[in-house]
Amino acid sequence: MLPFTIEKATSIQGAIAAASSGRRFIAGGTTLIDLMREEVERPEHLVDINTLPLSDIRIEGSDLVIGALARMADVAAHPDVQRLHPLVAESLIEGASPQLRNMASIGGNLLQRARCPYFRMLDASCNKRSPGSGCAAINGLNAGHAIFGTSNHCVATHPSDIAVVLVALEATMQVRGPRGERSFPVEELFRLPGDTPHLEHTLLPGELILTVRVPGSPYSRRARYLKVRDRASYEFALVSAAAALDVGGGVIRQARLAVGGVGTRPWRLGAVEKALIGKTPDRKVFETAARLAIEGARPLSGNHYKLELLPRTIVRALEMTGEAA
Amino acid sequence: MTTNVIGKPLPRVDGRAKVTGVARYAADFNQPGQACAVIVGATVGLGRVTGIDTGPVEKMPGVIAVITHRNAPRLPYAPHKSYIDPATGERLHVLQDDHVRFYGQPVAVVVADTIEQAERGAAALHISYTPERPIIDPADAQALPVVPEAGKQPDARLPADTARGSADSALADAPMRVDEIYEIARENHNPMEPHATVAAWNGNRLTLWSKSQFVVNEQAEVAAVFGLPSENVQVICPFIGGAFGTTLRTWPHVTLAAMAARQVARPVKLVLTRKQMFFMTGHRPRTLQRMALGATVDGKLTCIVHEGTGETSRYEEFMEALTSVTTFLYSTPNVRTRYRLLPLDIGTPNHMRGPGEASGVFALECAVDELSYKLGMDPIDLRRRNEPAIDEGENRPFSSRSLMKCYDLAAERFGWSRRSPEPRSMRDGRLLVGMGVASASYPAFHAPASARARLLADGTAEVEVAASDMGPGTYTSMTQVAAETLGLPVERVCFSLGRSDYPPAPSHGGSWTMASVGSAVRAACLAVQKEAGKHPQSGRPIEAIASSQRDPDAAARFSMHAFGAVFAEVAVDPDVGTIRLRRAVGAYGIGRVVNPRLARSQCIGGMVGGMGMALMERTVLDSRDGRPVNAHMADYLLPVNLDIPQLEAHFVEELDPHVNALGVKGLGEIALVGMAPAIANAIFHATGKRVRASPIRIEDVLTV
Repeated sequence: MLPFTIEKATSIQGAIAAASSGRRFIAGGTTLIDLMREEVERPEHLVDINTLPLSDIRIEGSDLVIGALARMADVAAHPDVQRLHPLVAESLIEGASPQLRNMASIGGNLLQRARCPYFRMLDASCNKRSPGSGCAAINGLNAGHAIFGTSNHCVATHPSDIAVVLVALEATMQVRGPRGERSFPVEELFRLPGDTPHLEHTLLPGELILTVRVPGSPYSRRARYLKVRDRASYEFALVSAAAALDVGGGVIRQARLAVGGVGTRPWRLGAVEKALIGKTPDRKVFETAARLAIEGARPLSGNHYKLELLPRTIVRALEMTGEAA
Repeated sequence: MTTNVIGKPLPRVDGRAKVTGVARYAADFNQPGQACAVIVGATVGLGRVTGIDTGPVEKMPGVIAVITHRNAPRLPYAPHKSYIDPATGERLHVLQDDHVRFYGQPVAVVVADTIEQAERGAAALHISYTPERPIIDPADAQALPVVPEAGKQPDARLPADTARGSADSALADAPMRVDEIYEIARENHNPMEPHATVAAWNGNRLTLWSKSQFVVNEQAEVAAVFGLPSENVQVICPFIGGAFGTTLRTWPHVTLAAMAARQVARPVKLVLTRKQMFFMTGHRPRTLQRMALGATVDGKLTCIVHEGTGETSRYEEFMEALTSVTTFLYSTPNVRTRYRLLPLDIGTPNHMRGPGEASGVFALECAVDELSYKLGMDPIDLRRRNEPAIDEGENRPFSSRSLMKCYDLAAERFGWSRRSPEPRSMRDGRLLVGMGVASASYPAFHAPASARARLLADGTAEVEVAASDMGPGTYTSMTQVAAETLGLPVERVCFSLGRSDYPPAPSHGGSWTMASVGSAVRAACLAVQKEAGKHPQSGRPIEAIASSQRDPDAAARFSMHAFGAVFAEVAVDPDVGTIRLRRAVGAYGIGRVVNPRLARSQCIGGMVGGMGMALMERTVLDSRDGRPVNAHMADYLLPVNLDIPQLEAHFVEELDPHVNALGVKGLGEIALVGMAPAIANAIFHATGKRVRASPIRIEDVLTV
């Protein structure tokens, strides 16, 4: 670990000012400290934002508003979240381990770095860690890597579970920077790697995430998150799916579907959603629609199984929306 | 007077010390003036070091020394081999030349005042190489198997080839056949405690506080490496935070710690990182096995052909008992086994819990399961049908064999009768449910060991052996043996281990500690009692040293093994392929159980290890440079609490007067053996899909 300085932010404005002059925010530290220990991340100055008043979890109308510093464990355990937005709680519980969930903030979760083994090995080429050095994963071991949104420069997946849900539910986020506040869909936070895989998000220098807003919706109660993996906890998704249906009069009126473990960012599947609308929510319909999910997929040497697993995960997640969590 | 403490479920005598942090592990033995060392590993998988730019690192704050093959002392490396080392080949001579033999091999050590400074220096050290392409894939056309040198003699402990009858022609003639290839993945031990050594020189005397399962061998080996008389080296290791075999051998980092301490003339502490534990401290070798069974239509085995190949390094021939169990588990007139090694550009593998047997039994017990389905026969009935009366491989009786009793007991506890035989025939809601069984076996070894017992004037006793306790409860079980033999309450017995100047014990592995050290403790206690009888009321401490070994007559007459039966139930999600172990029951015939609480705990640990082998554990190497890609606890999957269901371990009553005076067989390894094939067989029963490679994961069962 390289030496660094750390100062405590006493106000949001102060934190933003510090970040504008090149300091990095640190909240739960579950990604940053880990990567600093391995010298993958090498910030020289950190600003600790943990004491800023951004930990609120509240309901506004039917929307859920989560402060960026709310801990994963606290959001998951919040009675209003469990009652009104069980999908959010479900995805949080599927993420990480209890120890990590107690520390990790929602804002930090969205900004966590890619989970590619080569990214973490300083002696391996990785365009995300050191631009222009190449991508060891493309011709290396890539069973866990993406089939959507990849480029010739990077094939790493975005690891967050809650991000998949937020993208499915069309959540928005409020950020503040040196030039004021702005709000935009969570989906727009994530960049595709293209030829700049080291740039992962769209926040401007100094911008701080304040809140994430999950809109209330007719289907927020009929929504499930299915995370498929080889062990029951503390593993990233091979494939995951956040599915939400608004069913009325025996037909699907609206559908929301985003998947994880397959994209270089949380991957919304609009074509599958469209194929579901107006249909009866049964397995046959789900299967037909899910087949559209793998259109445009670009499997790598080690992850062809995701072409099989992805539609199956979607079908099962859609089925689960009709079952109690 | 007898206190009957053997057989009692005593809690661990060292439990309080462990949970209160009083127990000191190797890295806890900080020494005054200590410096810290960090190893730099090669970042190529094969080749030569061409340049090391030590200058800038030497100028970094706190850095005391950068040791490389260029400035390292040429160490004597006098010949030294213990039975725990490969019989053929020569250990890695660390920092003695510019060769890189495997990825991660130590190529430099940075010593600094603090760990942070040493880590900084290690990260900043620039090394250049001329890399070559390592051959690390067993399927590589350039990977050529060899006959293991130490297996060439027919009387070898692990013979390369064995045969009785004519197995191949019997196979050709057999009306029913299974002939398949099974693959076991490379696994790393991953104990909780990392390898660590604190080294301190005093003139020509060296003290090592070092994680070791074999302190007397570490003493002898380090003495040989540095050309010292053995008595000049002292190894101390009172506690081990799990090991599973990885610290049976003395690895290069121990030498590096001692070398660094001498170089900087200060005590030096060296702790491996989790990542480094995937590089240089051994692993369960990948194996490929052909297992062929022939049988009559009514399920009598007519032959077994078992051909196994295990990977090894280029510089040592690591051997394990891959084909051993095949020669005696079943009654059949025709058996042929063949064991080969595949030298690759990797570090030398080593024993990992249930070494050889775990991998070999996986192939054998999956094949027997396959045969049972072909025959339409219950897999337990098939095993019963082929239960031998004697060890047909050695043509002599077993000292005891309770395998069928284990099946009876475990089948009842498990509820085997509720199983419907057809694959994919059992469901729980949407989930496919499967039940599988497998046999387990492990030799009942007994190695020479010695112990010192001392009776003190206050009526307490002290017992000392250079043994280890990596977790099974050696402290407690030996205290029980001593208390029982001396007729003292356990509180009045103090048992000590983990110092190389104590009477020598064999390696703490191979499930032989209870038999070997236990027998020595008993012998020493009997000897000190006899001594006390000669000097009644002397008021001075009375001491005796005694050793024990297996009765050669019994050893010649009997084949000695522990046996067990393992039952597993899995649920497989038919949509997304998730495999979850739901419960498992093992029953074991291990002779006398010294402490049922510890024995059960040890079995559950072993069963979890077998579960990891079946479903999760696999170290994946990048074929371009031999790098372990998942050298990280987030990527090398081990079962976590949420994965581990109800696990039951039972022991059948087994009196074996032949194995040793205590009647114990040991159970560290057998608890792992059998678990993986039971789970694999349950997965087949659940899904109808036969997966013949470990670990069995979602992608393997997605499609039938």
